[in-house]
Amino acid sequence: MKIYIPGDAAARALGADDVARAVQAQAALRGIDVTVVRNGSRGMIWLEPLVEVETAAGRTAFGPCEPADVAGLFDDLAAHPKAVGPVESIPFFARQTRLTFARVGLIDPLSLDDFQAHGGLSGLRRALGMTGSDIVAEVTASGLRGRGGAGFPTGIKWKTVAEAQATQKYIVCNADEGDSGTFADRMLMEGDPFTLIEGMIIAGIGVGATRGYVYLRSEYPDAIAVMTEAVRVARAFGMLGASVLGSGQAFDMDIRTGAGAYVCGEETSLLNSLEGKRGIVRAKPPLPALQGFLGKPTVVNNVISLATIPVIFEKGAAFYKDFGLGRSRGTIPLQIAGNVQFGGLFEVGFGLSLLEIVNDIAGGTATGRPVKAVQVGGPLGAYFPPSKFQTAFGYEDFDQAGGLIGHAGITLFDDTTDMLGMARFAMEFCAIESCGKCTPCRIGAVRGVETIDRIAQGDTAAIPLLTDLCETMKDGSLCALGGFTPFPVMSALTHFPDDFSRLKEAAE
Amino acid sequence: MKDFIIPSKDYGRSDRDMGTPASKSTQMVTLTIDSFQITVPAGTSVMRASAEAGIQVPKLCATDSVEAFGSCRLCVVEIEGRRGTPASCTTPVTEGMIVHTQSAKVKKIRKGVMELYISDHPLDCLTCSANGDCELQDMAGAVGLRDVRYAAVDTHFTARQNGEVNPLFIPKDDSNPYFTYDPAKCIVCSRCVRACEEVQGTFALTIEGRGFDSRVKAGLKSDTFLTSDCVSCGACVAACPTATLQEKSVIAIGTPERSVITTCAYCGVGCSFKAELNGDELVRMVPYKHGKANRGHSCVKGRFAYGYSAHSDRIIKPMIRDAISDPWREVSWDAAIGFAAGKMRGIQAQYGQQAIGGITSSRCTNEETYLVQKMIRSVFGNNNTDTCARVCHSPTGFGLRNAFGTSAGTQDFDSVEQTDVVIIIGANPTDGHPVFASRLKKRLRAGAKLIVIDPRRIDLVKTPHIEASYHLPLMPGTNVAVLTAIAHVIVTEALMDQDFIRQRCDWDEFADYAAFVSDPRHSPEATAFLTGVNADDLRGAARLFAKGGNGAIYYGLGVTEHSQGSTTVMAIANLAMMTGNLGRPGVGVNPLRGQNNVQGACDMGSFPHELPGYRHVSDDATRAVFEKLWGTVIDKEPGLRIPNMLDAAVEGTFRGIYIQGEDILQSDPDTKHVSAGLAAMDCVIVQDLFLNETANYAHVFLPGSTFLEKDGTFTNAERRINRVRRVMAPRNGYADWEVTQLLANAMGAGWTYTHPAQVMDEIAMTTPSFANVSYELLEEKGSVQWPCNELAPEGTPIMHIGGFARGKGKFIVTEYIATEERSGPRFPLLLTTGRILSQYNVGAQTRRTDNTIWHAEDLLEIHPHDAEVRGVNEGDWIKLASRSGDTTLRAKITDRVAPGVIYTTFHHPETQANVITTDYSDWATNCPEYKVTAVQVSKTNGPSEWQKDYAAHAAAARRIVPAAE
Repeated sequence: MKIYIPGDAAARALGADDVARAVQAQAALRGIDVTVVRNGSRGMIWLEPLVEVETAAGRTAFGPCEPADVAGLFDDLAAHPKAVGPVESIPFFARQTRLTFARVGLIDPLSLDDFQAHGGLSGLRRALGMTGSDIVAEVTASGLRGRGGAGFPTGIKWKTVAEAQATQKYIVCNADEGDSGTFADRMLMEGDPFTLIEGMIIAGIGVGATRGYVYLRSEYPDAIAVMTEAVRVARAFGMLGASVLGSGQAFDMDIRTGAGAYVCGEETSLLNSLEGKRGIVRAKPPLPALQGFLGKPTVVNNVISLATIPVIFEKGAAFYKDFGLGRSRGTIPLQIAGNVQFGGLFEVGFGLSLLEIVNDIAGGTATGRPVKAVQVGGPLGAYFPPSKFQTAFGYEDFDQAGGLIGHAGITLFDDTTDMLGMARFAMEFCAIESCGKCTPCRIGAVRGVETIDRIAQGDTAAIPLLTDLCETMKDGSLCALGGFTPFPVMSALTHFPDDFSRLKEAAE
Repeated sequence: MKDFIIPSKDYGRSDRDMGTPASKSTQMVTLTIDSFQITVPAGTSVMRASAEAGIQVPKLCATDSVEAFGSCRLCVVEIEGRRGTPASCTTPVTEGMIVHTQSAKVKKIRKGVMELYISDHPLDCLTCSANGDCELQDMAGAVGLRDVRYAAVDTHFTARQNGEVNPLFIPKDDSNPYFTYDPAKCIVCSRCVRACEEVQGTFALTIEGRGFDSRVKAGLKSDTFLTSDCVSCGACVAACPTATLQEKSVIAIGTPERSVITTCAYCGVGCSFKAELNGDELVRMVPYKHGKANRGHSCVKGRFAYGYSAHSDRIIKPMIRDAISDPWREVSWDAAIGFAAGKMRGIQAQYGQQAIGGITSSRCTNEETYLVQKMIRSVFGNNNTDTCARVCHSPTGFGLRNAFGTSAGTQDFDSVEQTDVVIIIGANPTDGHPVFASRLKKRLRAGAKLIVIDPRRIDLVKTPHIEASYHLPLMPGTNVAVLTAIAHVIVTEALMDQDFIRQRCDWDEFADYAAFVSDPRHSPEATAFLTGVNADDLRGAARLFAKGGNGAIYYGLGVTEHSQGSTTVMAIANLAMMTGNLGRPGVGVNPLRGQNNVQGACDMGSFPHELPGYRHVSDDATRAVFEKLWGTVIDKEPGLRIPNMLDAAVEGTFRGIYIQGEDILQSDPDTKHVSAGLAAMDCVIVQDLFLNETANYAHVFLPGSTFLEKDGTFTNAERRINRVRRVMAPRNGYADWEVTQLLANAMGAGWTYTHPAQVMDEIAMTTPSFANVSYELLEEKGSVQWPCNELAPEGTPIMHIGGFARGKGKFIVTEYIATEERSGPRFPLLLTTGRILSQYNVGAQTRRTDNTIWHAEDLLEIHPHDAEVRGVNEGDWIKLASRSGDTTLRAKITDRVAPGVIYTTFHHPETQANVITTDYSDWATNCPEYKVTAVQVSKTNGPSEWQKDYAAHAAAARRIVPAAE
């Protein structure tokens, strides 16, 4: 008997380990030989721990499971109260286009056999037969853009690094996933770590880099453990090392742990931190692609960008490019969170409207109250009111609507939310996480909190000051932390003006 | 640096802050800034290009001494075709770029940023020490800030808020004697941190905390500026745009109103400074950014340790006495000069023309030195002139003259920027030549390799972001053996530059040398037992130097102050020649001269055998030049060297001496011998700022003037002739050159000099390598490096390009002959001596400044093993004895020295380290062997008998009876 119980941190937080222990106990009690696979999460958090039992007809799922539900897994499965059928038949899952996350939740994360049985390494094998420039051209042709938030075309970044002359180049994976409400990087690394390694190797071969680093935030201990083990397994297998899969081309990599600074998700701060320096933002130019880690040409890509590379090489750039909308090609793993009925990871081609995502996929709020606002793109993303829910999910569309898709985190808020409080939170977040290098962010965020407090106390005269401050921060900051904090603040102020004048009216 | 510009004659060199460092690219780029077209080197920032075009883009975090940082966001501009508002400091120019520095958008951003700055800044401008010299103040004005609308709650500048202690407030740190750190004024521009890293290379400062909690911090949490790694170079203070880091002198006095550019009078680096004054009150010394030796940098001595010039110990009235047992009598200048002249002439009348002599000063100007030797040669009528170079770099002059034809270093300091492998031998630049060390460290951080040959683990062996590839910790006294072993490796492994040797040197001489060094007895393995240097390390170092690209050798007194000092200098010259490392930037043989004008003192004919320009007194043609001009006859026999003068004094044949600016009693070896010689003389004339140790044996004391009080020139270690300018009147009434002239005239000379420029004209007229030097040229160029003549009208930064001054470079066989000074059962340890950053030589100046806070006494460094077997603990009083004498000082236990080697400094007269040193000296030049003395150490209770006797004698000898009013 084979049972899949996610080892993903979200599932464990919801009791997956207790369930796993109960399964072992039950099996022992009944004298049944059971194989438990700690797979990744299928991404439907409201069903976690989501247990899958392998049957003659395939895998069938049960969730959310508690230890009390375990005994039933050894009885008549059809009668199990938590039965939800095969995962692929669950509407939330069935509607997805799983390319990057195709194997996440499906396979044993640390089994290279499992990985290869589901298409793993076929992209790398293809890439090893290509020239560096062909590899870069393939990535360019796929239309892949940086999934970390900036949306910069990955192929162009690689081309810059590939064409730079240097004795050493580096691939750095940005796994400092600090946006509240986002978890795609973590889920990928915990559920299918070899995909990320494969993507980094292809990047290295493509641009001529022989060393890679994953900068992984310390708040992800499970991902650190899985990635570290995966690198060890990959090295033992010959996937990493002096001759990748016997090709004669070298690539090796290490996992490095951050020290807990949001701003180190910004690529230049990340590089400083990786070098052992203070995690402060570097001015650009010089671009990291030309003077990155230790001053050498460096590809800095997000986990999802790099983990999408294998499927592009496995199935071809044209296949990948076929998905999407406008200049936003391929799929995007939406991370739906907040006050939401169906929260989790939803990978889909670009182009769904926010309305579809909020109502059809997320099923509205968990409290059942009307949605007041959706924040897209993490703590630095704009708040979208229902009036803007027609916006299609794509880089340009969101930009035109005064927002950003960022790392594709989507957080729902119901109508009890105080948007002035949310604006204050945005400034406070910036104040806490600011690296302190540039003035607009270092001082501006603190003054922002103070100014919003004045507004909260009825001083509406402070509103133009807040507007000016946001302009200074937006145009004057060195990086996106100070530069984008005005998005949530100004969207809250613009779309929910009542929340910023309520008190004064009450006083009058 | 602060852009505070006070009216000064800056000789066309602007003090304006260009914002970012100059690009060295030769490719030019043309762009348009606010409708002005400007062409600048590629790699120039938009900010600097704007400054070149005469447009000052507002800025706070940028300054041209450090790389652009891009943090203040005040310098944003708009560039056509580009999104957003890039910072002009971090954006390089591109061809055809169109920049707008004053669009409505950037003006609004700047005002917004400024409003944020001021919301966290105390508005106490009128009482602020930077009032009038504050970039924050300037920028608030420049961007038109008229209102601060924030109701700031969190600030860093109020000690208490609503009656509560403000946790963000950090009180002022005034632990450093020279400057304060006031966090309340800080705008967190990081200029100080970057200056400490990029300019000084100490990495003492950092920003701690993040966001609004970002604060400048020296050292660790518990540190103050004084207890941190800070070396007080002042780079951070110069970089600070506000009153956060401020000189205490400015706080006390106020902002200066005028400035004079002059040259530091401490070490041989020869840093240019702006002396900033109010009237004749010196407010501060600021390193001059156009100074070609220091490029805008300074060390704690030049920047801050000038207080000795107004110290109460300074003697400003002439004094005389008949016997050294008498108290001093203050007299008029006329009386003192008359007394001195009468005594000297009296001695000559009684004991002969050769019975008197003089010592020129490496601390005084070229012109003063020239006049002293002129007086000795033409008025005293003999060649009994010597100088303190005798005891430091005389082997350099001798060795390099024989090898290359010129008695000086081959490079300028800028050369270090192009070097790939550096050998430091017998020098400790971070302490002895700190500004050069900072320039070297910058190059090492950029990737150049370092080989240190020194008995002691000097700081450069391992210092932040720098680690020597090889440290060869040799036993003191084995320099020649080590260098010959390096040559052995290069020759036997065929690593030499044969083309260079064939073209530039005498091949037969090289063949002789190669055969000599190839002998297996010179192999690193064979010599390891006596040098103590690991053979593999030595081989690695030899290979690295031979094949590592541009190789440069820098050395100091650890090379010269040995019985084989001259041999070592020649071995260094051989090494440079055989590896082809001469005659271009980035290479060369570079003596780090100890004193500000030791090069100049040697150039000016201070030695008994040489007339100015290193021409032997026996040369008829040279003598004729001077005889004609001076109207006197010059003795064609060389005169006495310092040790010979002292010997002759003891014998009774030498009885009068004029000593300008040198404390031979403290600085020369074998103190007892020096004191015996001085005590035997009838007339010792000391001209100095203070009653130094030598003055305890003097009959005439002529007050000296400081470098701030006179005009002249100093010649630094790179042969650079820098102007010294009078910034205030001499407190003693006369510049030193005037005092010499008074004495010479009292002895019948009839000189009529009214300005040192006339002396320089005389030097140029008589000395070929100075032929083109004049004060006019120095005004125009700032400085020039000799030779400066018709062949090199603007001087010679790099020597021996294309060929050696003497024709073919000469290889000289360097047989190692161990010093007679050896350790044995009675004196089992070897003592070597050196300097420390905060003190200078005998300490006459630095001991009279607040620098004593860093080094209040000389300490004896001893290895833990040697300490253990003698029961010595940290801080114990130690008796240090050699066959010459003994003294006491406190122990410092450290593994910087190897077992068997101990080390001390010689900055304090109480220690009298030279009581210990012996009378051994260099075979060629008599340069004393300070660096090797066999000693024994033992625990003791207090000062030695010598120290007690000497202290009593000194106290008696310094009694002064004021002149009757």
